[in-house]
Amino acid sequence: MRQKLMTATAATALLAFAGTAHADGELNIYNWGDYTSPEMIKKFEEAHNVKVTITDYDSNDTALAKVRAGGHGFDIVVPSANYVPIWVKEGLLLEARPDQMENFKNVDPRWVDVPWDPGRHYSVPWQWGVTGIGVNTKVYGADINTSAIFLDPPAELVGKINVAPEMNDVLYATIKYFGGDWCTEDKEMLRKVRDKLVEAKTKWLAMDYSVTDKLPAGDYSAVYYWNGAIMRSRLANPDIKFGYPKEGYPIFMDSVAILKDAKNVENAKLFMNFIMEPENAAMISAFAKYANGIKGSEQFMPEDMKTAPELVVPAEFEKAGEFLESCSPEVVSLYSRIWTDVQK
Amino acid sequence: MTSAAEIVRQAERDDVRSRWLLSAPALLIIFFAAIGPLFVMLAYSFMAKGDYGDVRFGEFSLDGWFSVLFQRDIFDDTIGLADAHLSIFWRSVKLSLITTIVTLALGFPTAYFIATRPPHTREVWVFLVTIPFWTNLLIRTFAMQEVIRNEGILNTVMIRLGLIDQPIQLMYTDAAILFGMVYVYLPLMVLPLYASMEKLDFRLVEAGYDLYATRLRVLWRIIIPLVRPGIVAGSILVFIPSLGAYVIPRVLGGGKSMMLGNLIELQFGAGRNWPLGAAISITLMAMVMVALLVYVRNAARSGAQHG
Amino acid sequence: MASRRTFDLRSQPAFSFVALFTFFMLYLPIAALVMYAFNAGSSMAVWEGVSLRWFYEAAGNERVQEAALRSAVIAMFAALIATIAATMAAIATTRTKPYPGLTFKYAFINQPLMVPEIVTAVALLIVFSRIKVWTGYSGLGYLIAAHSAFCIPFAYLPIRARLENMDLSLETAAADLYATKWQAFRHVTLPLLRPGIIAGFMLAFVISLDDVVITEFVKSGGQDTLPTYMLGQLRRETTPEINAIAVAFLLFSVLLVTAFFFINRRKV
Repeated sequence: MRQKLMTATAATALLAFAGTAHADGELNIYNWGDYTSPEMIKKFEEAHNVKVTITDYDSNDTALAKVRAGGHGFDIVVPSANYVPIWVKEGLLLEARPDQMENFKNVDPRWVDVPWDPGRHYSVPWQWGVTGIGVNTKVYGADINTSAIFLDPPAELVGKINVAPEMNDVLYATIKYFGGDWCTEDKEMLRKVRDKLVEAKTKWLAMDYSVTDKLPAGDYSAVYYWNGAIMRSRLANPDIKFGYPKEGYPIFMDSVAILKDAKNVENAKLFMNFIMEPENAAMISAFAKYANGIKGSEQFMPEDMKTAPELVVPAEFEKAGEFLESCSPEVVSLYSRIWTDVQK
Repeated sequence: MTSAAEIVRQAERDDVRSRWLLSAPALLIIFFAAIGPLFVMLAYSFMAKGDYGDVRFGEFSLDGWFSVLFQRDIFDDTIGLADAHLSIFWRSVKLSLITTIVTLALGFPTAYFIATRPPHTREVWVFLVTIPFWTNLLIRTFAMQEVIRNEGILNTVMIRLGLIDQPIQLMYTDAAILFGMVYVYLPLMVLPLYASMEKLDFRLVEAGYDLYATRLRVLWRIIIPLVRPGIVAGSILVFIPSLGAYVIPRVLGGGKSMMLGNLIELQFGAGRNWPLGAAISITLMAMVMVALLVYVRNAARSGAQHG
Repeated sequence: MASRRTFDLRSQPAFSFVALFTFFMLYLPIAALVMYAFNAGSSMAVWEGVSLRWFYEAAGNERVQEAALRSAVIAMFAALIATIAATMAAIATTRTKPYPGLTFKYAFINQPLMVPEIVTAVALLIVFSRIKVWTGYSGLGYLIAAHSAFCIPFAYLPIRARLENMDLSLETAAADLYATKWQAFRHVTLPLLRPGIIAGFMLAFVISLDDVVITEFVKSGGQDTLPTYMLGQLRRETTPEINAIAVAFLLFSVLLVTAFFFINRRKV
């Protein structure tokens, strides 16, 4: 009896192994958490009979560390702009030449000759946005268009702030807060930046990712976070407002790239081409609420995204936004040491 | 004569050899997937760190070990104590000790309560302790989050009762980690305590009362010394996993209240300092070994007393 | 004497109160977890009535299905391997006079219990990621190997306990009847040992199913188990779907433990 049971279970287990391989191919995507539209993935799976698996990461550094360690099994990764050159330099990305793909004509010219990947030999736009302030206006009603919300928080917000645990975004805002320039090597300035962050951190509640449910629910009253997530929070709770730090805020773009040791290169290329289709790009944006870089996707986007205060930058704050370029290795290592100090 | 002895010895040798063969699979699996990697990690702790994680293979460096306790200032290169690391070490030890004390304070009466039930109902009470114990650690941590979050049961009930008018912020604090660890590790305290109380000879307690001892005195002078092995075993079983806790602070600590486990993870991820992570891991392991050693010596002593 | 009878010498005032409070504490979070799984609304904070909605959503979620299946496959293989290895090891380390290396074996087999999980996890990350690069294989084998290793001591405990309480005379009788060693094992020892082996297998299975930390560090792309999937979700948008998954998981564990409880009860 028991033997039969064992054989039966072993057989089911083996079937389970076999069961995962019914599609023509596979595609392993390694992307930021809560960032990938399930509908778009489903559409891709059905169009190309490919089984897609998504694994989440929560920071550029985590993704880089995991992939560099080797044996990761991923095909596609979605690093932020200023990380792309590191990935390229470390020899981790495949030169997939998306610029020669059929749908590349849909890419907004603004996003073609980008500094991190001139001419787009490695990567295609996924989504872009800004890092800004989200505040529950029931808790704090005054001016929220400033980084002071999380660097010198008003009494109402102390102990209720969540800050995105992403080095560049946080350091950028802080350097700008003191009037410095990105990639500055000014030690006096950087010492002020570090001391400010170490001090401000004691007034934060968390450095975490669960913003889209905890901000509307009232667990956080203020966040320094990405605009799409804050928009989603506002849709769940109308008291949430978005602020553009007037001292300066970073603009980011995450791009889809293929890993050099990918096992499913052809499927990964199909995917790259697929997301440059306006309708599909619109599905990505409709889910995560960030803009994409594809011309003509607007017409497929939900109405509320065309006027959202989180996505349409008011003229007075337009100049404060800046694309983060990659700093020199010395500066990067200086910045990461500051960041380590802050994280501890 | 000699040949008979020879045969016996040969048989014994064969027996030992077949016993080694029989245990080989278990030993090999554990060597390959548990013990061996620890030695590799020890080696890694003495290598130079790579720019984006990993190590420069074979390049000897003591930086990893140096940075466990010391740090070079970013700006003027002066060497000072790594107070950030020290505070995490201290928080881990402190929270683990408090967890041990609180679980003991709750677990001792509970184990005593179970041990003094009629024999047939004891099993049911033990079973009730076992169920949470076998429930997934993550699920229990998550369940605790449901209780202590701002709109959780605890705050809701206290607000309804008029005890407070603003929810108390527990999530993402040390208190949250403490709640989680006490909840998760409590069965590890109750079970060994119960095991030793079950064997408690109540005639000794009776003798104590016959000599006009008060309840407190009986508890202090008779019961506690008799169940001491259970107390020590329970404390060790709670203290060791608390010290190495990773999931509980990760979920309830919000990325700000770190414990050693999270500090280690940070070095292998965003911190990009594998040698340091390896060195901290080995330090943590050494701390656990010291705790175990204390336990073994204690157990040996009480064994000598009673046996 | 009669007045002494009414004095309950086992009673310690306040202990029962603390004990009942502890039991309440043990089950309150689980009750909260279960309750919110039935919340009709999508918020974790607001109660919007009873519904099975989140159970359906969880059951229909492809990532959950895959993760659950993967958890089961890993636990099945790891428990099987661990139980076989542990049974052999238990036979090799019991019912013998001390021989050189016996203590070493005990220590070795119980080692995974003593090292903090996070330490083993990062050590495995270091070693396995190298092996993955060298061999080009990054399948479930690594997870099964890692799980087998930490399941062995759990499977070993009940099997060894059972063996130590077993009567040697039956096996001696078998030997007297000219049974070969294997026959004696197959027809005498193994049947007697069965409850211990089943208990060991179930323990190992539950332990493997529950693991978060080691799996989180060893897994390659697309190898989430149910616990690591939940860990990932917990740090993001949490909906009652997580509760529903947790409740299903909980139910399964409780069933296993209950079965284990009854098997163990029957043992003597």
